[in-house]
Amino acid sequence: MAEIRVEHLRKAFGDFVAVQDSNFVVGDGEFFVMLGPSGCGKTTTLRMIAGLELPTGGKILLGGEDVTMRRARERDIAFVFQLFALYPHMNVRKNIGFPLLAQGMPGIEIRQRVEETAKLLRIDHLLNKSVSGLAGGDRQRVALGRAIVRRPKCFLMDEPLGTLDTEFRDLMVHELRELHNRIRATTVYVTHDQMEAMSMADKIAVMNHGVIEQFGTPREIYDRPATMFVADFIGSPPMNFLGFGGGLSKGAREIVVQGAKVAVPEVREDIAPAEMALGIRPEHVRFDDASKLRGAIYGTEYLGTTQIVAVETSGGIIKARVPAEIRLNAGDHVGLALSSARLSLFEKGSGRAVRTAIHDGASQGTAHHG
Amino acid sequence: MSLTSAHSVVAPSPTSKRVAGTIIVLYALISIVPLLWIFATSFKTPPDSIAYPPKILFQPSLEGYCNLFSTRTRQTPEYINSLGPATGVCDETVRKRNMVIAGPSNFMPRFVNSLIIAFGSTFCAVFLGTLSAYGFSRFKVPLADDLLFFILSTRMMPPIAVAIPIYLMYRELGLSDTALGMILLYTAVNVSLAVWLLKGFIDEIPREYEEAAMIDGYTRLQAFWRTVLPQATTGIAATAIFCLIFAWNEYAFAALLTSGTAQTAPPFIPTIIGEGGQDWPAVAAGTTIFLVPILVFTILLRKQLLRGITFGAVRK
Repeated sequence: MAEIRVEHLRKAFGDFVAVQDSNFVVGDGEFFVMLGPSGCGKTTTLRMIAGLELPTGGKILLGGEDVTMRRARERDIAFVFQLFALYPHMNVRKNIGFPLLAQGMPGIEIRQRVEETAKLLRIDHLLNKSVSGLAGGDRQRVALGRAIVRRPKCFLMDEPLGTLDTEFRDLMVHELRELHNRIRATTVYVTHDQMEAMSMADKIAVMNHGVIEQFGTPREIYDRPATMFVADFIGSPPMNFLGFGGGLSKGAREIVVQGAKVAVPEVREDIAPAEMALGIRPEHVRFDDASKLRGAIYGTEYLGTTQIVAVETSGGIIKARVPAEIRLNAGDHVGLALSSARLSLFEKGSGRAVRTAIHDGASQGTAHHG
Repeated sequence: MSLTSAHSVVAPSPTSKRVAGTIIVLYALISIVPLLWIFATSFKTPPDSIAYPPKILFQPSLEGYCNLFSTRTRQTPEYINSLGPATGVCDETVRKRNMVIAGPSNFMPRFVNSLIIAFGSTFCAVFLGTLSAYGFSRFKVPLADDLLFFILSTRMMPPIAVAIPIYLMYRELGLSDTALGMILLYTAVNVSLAVWLLKGFIDEIPREYEEAAMIDGYTRLQAFWRTVLPQATTGIAATAIFCLIFAWNEYAFAALLTSGTAQTAPPFIPTIIGEGGQDWPAVAAGTTIFLVPILVFTILLRKQLLRGITFGAVRK
């Protein structure tokens, strides 16, 4: 097992820059998830760590060793592909044993290791089956088996649950995390699914347009989004934004949005007058008739324990997550109260989060704003 | 559509199935009649083979095959009677025509030449084709499209258009009437077909397979050998059959460039006619035997061939 250190990593395909100046460190034994929409550069980053693409610039260190220009087979890593890449002309046993064969390991030892691995993944009863007849979840387990059988320095996984149906996916998310807890292997996992990322990761890097927008724990990323992109990408429904104008000064604790005064976490920096946005998670909105921030109910989505209520305000639609019991009718006028301690402030132009009291005691963790 | 309707949108109706079946059977019959005719002729006696109206029912004879494999000399009946008893079926058949067997004919060596040249050139074309198709499929080859077009352009004219330059070159290089020369020639003609066909097949194999193998500790060549090749067998088999059929049947170059030691069966078979009258049964016998290797090869690979010629039509 080893630490992965990525320094100023860059990849361009002709004029198109797929990855720009990426920097992150995945600690030994950590489960690290790269999250972002398709085309954001997360898979390219992963392929560079694997040695399947050579970077245009920057460095990759595995366990302190510079492997930037090494061949894939010299890096001692394992890769789980989205399509699993199980060899259709080999049975399960041969598929799992394939990496050991490359090392010239004797047959008896391969047999032993393959069986051990299969037991760990609970697929020992499938060893002599053909891979083409396997169900999605089992194919996934075989692919994982082929990855862990060699006990490599780290695991790289490229949307390995992407092709499974929802039911299997939830199951495999738990299995993967459980497996990780047991073998504690450094893992880099790429996905566009925030639920997978939030439920499995120790650390997440949110990527967009080849740039790491934020690097942090799932909690940091959800509670203190570093950019409007992250705030919008994470959460379902995503964070609400209300625009407001004017600058902010250090120590401010209140802003004016749509004529209503809203208390916010204490601002920790001076911001010159500009277009700003107030970010509110749906669960931080309550109905309060005394509030000056008002709107009309536009629609509701009933989810059982909670409901998502869309409220049309003069500054746009705000979605609120409120208890399911509250009876609401479309067109009703309501006042909205916000949980002041949990609000985020953004500069609209750059999308950057303004430093406030919610960041106290934490590094802001952005990559590209220095 | 009502629930009582018997017609499914996807399954063909019984009528259309029957019509399609009839057409296929008719087409198969039309295709096979000439072959059956040749096969029947090979078992006729020379008089039966030119009888008019043609004989459908006849006394089968091995005379055609005897004549194909032997050279004979005409002798007086007295001489033939002075010989001991006939040593075999052929001996007996030939003596009825006042002839004795003088020795083996050139058919076997010509047939062996055909086998060596056709299978040799097929192997070379498929081997080179697979490697170049893999290269074109997986790497950024500069001017790849132009190169592929250039490779294909060798098939844009009838090969015989370049017969004279090739004839002159081969004479200079000493490749005329050699098996090596013919293998090189057929390989050159077939390799373009092989590259194009195989590129299609290899493009369909996800590159994740060899990437997985390379991450797992194999070199690219090992990864190709162990993961790409086994999955390309369908395409390779189909390509091999196409190449083999071309090389096996090729007549024009063979007639032009081979005359002796390296002569293949196609230019040899017509020469049988000249030896002592029009010996159609021997020609038919030669043709029948000539068809066997392709038949066997095709039957062995028929599954791959079927999947091969419909490749790309069905995606997984």
